[in-house]
Amino acid sequence: MSSLLDIKDLHAGIPDKPIINGLSLSINPGEVHAIMGPNGSGKSTLSYVLSGKEGYEVNGGEMVFDGQELAQMSPEARAIAGLFLAFQYPLEIPGVTNMTFLKTSLNAIRRGRGEDEMDAASFLRLAREKSRALGMDDDMLRRQLNVGFSGGEKKRNEILQMAILEPKLAILDETDSGLDIDALKTVAEGVNALRSPEHGMLVITHYQRLLDFIKPDVVHVMAKGQIVKSGGPELALELEKSGYAEYVGGAETASEGSPAHA
Amino acid sequence: MSEAKASIDKETVEQVAQFGGEHYKYGFTTEIDMDRVENGLSEDIIRFISAKKDEPQWLLDWRLDAYERWLTMDEPEWAHVDYPKIDYQDLCYYAAPKSMEDGPKSLDEVDPELLKTYEKLGIPLIEQEMLAGVRKVAVDAVFDSVSVGTTFRDELAKEGVIFCSFSEAVKEHPDLVQKYLGSVVPKSDNYFTALNSAVFSDGSFVYIPPGVRCPMELSTYFRINEANTGQFERTLVIADKGSYVSYLEGCTAPMRDENQLHAAVVELVALEDAEIKYSTVQNWYPGDVDGKGGIYNFVTKRGDCREDRARISWTQVETGSAVTWKYPSCILRGDGSSGEFYSIAISNNLQQVDSGTKMIHLGKNTSSKIISKGISAGRSSNCYRGQVSVHPKATNARNFTQCDSLLIGDKCAAHTVPYIEAKNLSAVLEHEATTSKISEDQLFFCQQRGLDAEEAVALIVNGFCRDVLQNLPMEFAVEAQKLVGISLEGSVG
Repeated sequence: MSSLLDIKDLHAGIPDKPIINGLSLSINPGEVHAIMGPNGSGKSTLSYVLSGKEGYEVNGGEMVFDGQELAQMSPEARAIAGLFLAFQYPLEIPGVTNMTFLKTSLNAIRRGRGEDEMDAASFLRLAREKSRALGMDDDMLRRQLNVGFSGGEKKRNEILQMAILEPKLAILDETDSGLDIDALKTVAEGVNALRSPEHGMLVITHYQRLLDFIKPDVVHVMAKGQIVKSGGPELALELEKSGYAEYVGGAETASEGSPAHA
Repeated sequence: MSEAKASIDKETVEQVAQFGGEHYKYGFTTEIDMDRVENGLSEDIIRFISAKKDEPQWLLDWRLDAYERWLTMDEPEWAHVDYPKIDYQDLCYYAAPKSMEDGPKSLDEVDPELLKTYEKLGIPLIEQEMLAGVRKVAVDAVFDSVSVGTTFRDELAKEGVIFCSFSEAVKEHPDLVQKYLGSVVPKSDNYFTALNSAVFSDGSFVYIPPGVRCPMELSTYFRINEANTGQFERTLVIADKGSYVSYLEGCTAPMRDENQLHAAVVELVALEDAEIKYSTVQNWYPGDVDGKGGIYNFVTKRGDCREDRARISWTQVETGSAVTWKYPSCILRGDGSSGEFYSIAISNNLQQVDSGTKMIHLGKNTSSKIISKGISAGRSSNCYRGQVSVHPKATNARNFTQCDSLLIGDKCAAHTVPYIEAKNLSAVLEHEATTSKISEDQLFFCQQRGLDAEEAVALIVNGFCRDVLQNLPMEFAVEAQKLVGISLEGSVG
């Protein structure tokens, strides 16, 4: 079986600041991987490098997604290829309704794949079905994208986008942060509904809590830009007890590598 | 941050260079025999234009008076725009297709070349070709200096609605023209109105009789085709007591390296309880990426809510022209009258826009609303200039102004110049203003969802303009949305 995502000895970061230092990771179709790690270990950077955010550069290694090397692809080409990032901080776009955004997005991806665009009526049915499954009010579809949404609503909205786009690989960047237990359950249900033998997931999180609801196949510990340990779900429970101290290796503190904060 | 941004800016410049004006799809030229006078402006030229149109003496006198005043006036320099001095003696003031020599004909006799031109522009002039099921829109088509045809006139006449070219109105409805011409915008109001009053060649005329709700959208489509000509048209819309009309104008021109002058005057008169909704989609050729060519759009538009409870609303989508200088305004004379101004002004490359509105509150209980959305990209400059003025007798006047600017890239400029004056203590005036940029994070978010950078900008800008787009007649809202996207092509890397 060929892997869905194959990262080998990846070196990446922002200009003059290496953040990912020789990271290797392989995800097969149908698998859910979790990456845990302390602040500043490079978890979010990994998600940005994979999805092609402007300002991040790859300095070595490879990241092959579904047979294609990602590094040279535009962010939208990666999205069209089936890579999805659920944002830690979803953006607001005033004046654009959730519905319009979802439809524009789905049709841009379909066009990119050489498929016909979905007509308005079929899309409306799809959007209602998926949003109801996530316990969302129809009214949420008519509201402006993420404008005035609570933290939980924004995260749920990310999952709605994922449900509609049905990506081959979804990266969830701290989707659990800022969620209360009920919202966490709903989001996890949405994620679990998407699990299938064809789809893969990479769940980035600080806390074990989310993994009670989204059962991972593999858990990785990330520190200083590398995977330092991998194991089964039990590794997450271990971390919950012992913390990250043994992986961080003392007093060294790196800062989370976003260019906005650099 | 700075390096990432520098790379975006570099790409922006490259992309802009690559696209330039090539995406202007109305840039073609029509090859047609034209009747044009020699370049230059003089009393003789004015007499020539007047004679060509077989005008009555009063109108010739009116033109000559305007010309005399124009000679004593100076071109205004207060606007935030910069362009080389115009040589008014090097312009052609009258150019018309030869086939229109004998005045307007019935639509069946219009030169097929002209019909083709309008078809290419997406404006069908053959009534039968209007699609079944689509709401009817009556069109007056103005080509350089003359109107070449007006559709659905007979159907409108059944309701008593007069919709024709200005030249015909002078002949067939001289009383109405003489009564209202220049009654909202005096000929010497400013430099360009004086010029227009002297040399205007055609335009559209609308009269809606008392109590009539105009049964279809009316529109005028302006096309400049000839090189080195100016277009000077007048539009006069009169809504009699208790009537309603929605009117739309569109404008395009070929791509040429020289600048061309368009100096129009639009006058609206709304009588008691009447309502006029006037929409503009201005897409004159904006010039190329280096600012070469493009139209100078120096236009005076004003509406007069002359009697009680009259309502006038301006909606404009301004994407074209090299330089725009226009302030569609409302005089709120009648008690309880109201004026609205909804504007989207987009500038890209080296375009310059100085636009806004004036709301002059004269009557009691008058209200006005201004929603302005300015979008600057490339190396353009975009200025909102507005005036809200409450006169001493305008008790309980009310204004709400919202003025938003959006910047794309870091080489463009946005300015906001609001003048607010209240001479009556009961006035309630609100002014809100914001300036924002499309963030790299917003773009990335959209791209991660499959949109390319240009689709992302078009989506974000359309969202930004939503409040205004909603005010356009449905038929044109979709077109306007596309236009917003097209005019910003090449604005991001």
